[in-house]
Amino acid sequence: MSVLAWIGEFLVLFGTIFYFLSTLGLIRMPDVYNRMQTATKSATLGSLGVIVGTGLWAVGKGLSIAWLTKAIVIGVFLLLTNPISAHALIRGAYKSGIPLWEGSVVDKYREHLEKKASEKKEVEEGEE
Amino acid sequence: MTEASRVSKYLYTFIVLFVIWLFLTASLDPQELLIGAIFSAIVALLTYDIFTTRGLANLHPRRVAYFIAYIPYFLWAMILANLDVAYRVLHPKRPINPGIVECRTELKNNVGKLALANSITLTPGTITLDVDGDKYFIHWIDVKDASVEGASENITKPFEKFLKVIFE
Repeated sequence: MSVLAWIGEFLVLFGTIFYFLSTLGLIRMPDVYNRMQTATKSATLGSLGVIVGTGLWAVGKGLSIAWLTKAIVIGVFLLLTNPISAHALIRGAYKSGIPLWEGSVVDKYREHLEKKASEKKEVEEGEE
Repeated sequence: MTEASRVSKYLYTFIVLFVIWLFLTASLDPQELLIGAIFSAIVALLTYDIFTTRGLANLHPRRVAYFIAYIPYFLWAMILANLDVAYRVLHPKRPINPGIVECRTELKNNVGKLALANSITLTPGTITLDVDGDKYFIHWIDVKDASVEGASENITKPFEKFLKVIFE
């Protein structure tokens, strides 16, 4: 067993631990926004660990270097697209009217939307 | 920022596509390189107009150096974020204090704003909810300071010093 294979195994283990924490967060968090927090972060880092770890592991076992480069391409792709999908989901949840958890402290976004709506109304009234 | 010339935009798109091809094939065989160059040229011809607005100016050495320095910084912030999430999930009292705060950014460029939004989503306790002009609306899992300035200080400032050089 080479050093690369050891590092790969460690990374895969590291990734699966974060996968587990991400799932646990889905159960323990109170509302959809806090669930998105845990699910996005831990699942992204977990996937990165598992994917890059698999690449290193395969190279350490004597397979071709293509394993590693393809794994890196997939990892970068995931790193760039995962936060965007999380952003789209959380924005969609807010727009469809899902309330924040009752323990939440501030909601600046609602103030912003209300201000925008009232400004728009004033403009329309001014036109009439 | 003025728009780059068409040739520069085309060449930049071609270089990016060709590098992705090199990673995907993982081979330096001349036949592979030739066919990769031909396909990159065709795809770049179809897409260069929507892919970039600045062309080869993106490959300025200062930008590349800051980008390379940004990678370990970002990965470290991401690992801290996950340890933070792990702590909140495993702690029996579930110590969260969520809310939506507003931040301002100094970035003007759209790609820069996208990079900042992505960085915010993947780092400790924050997720971007909406971007409107220079305002960011961020769901923060542990609100320490609800004012606009305080939130910006805590969330966006650490990344802006890198992203300003890379994208402005």
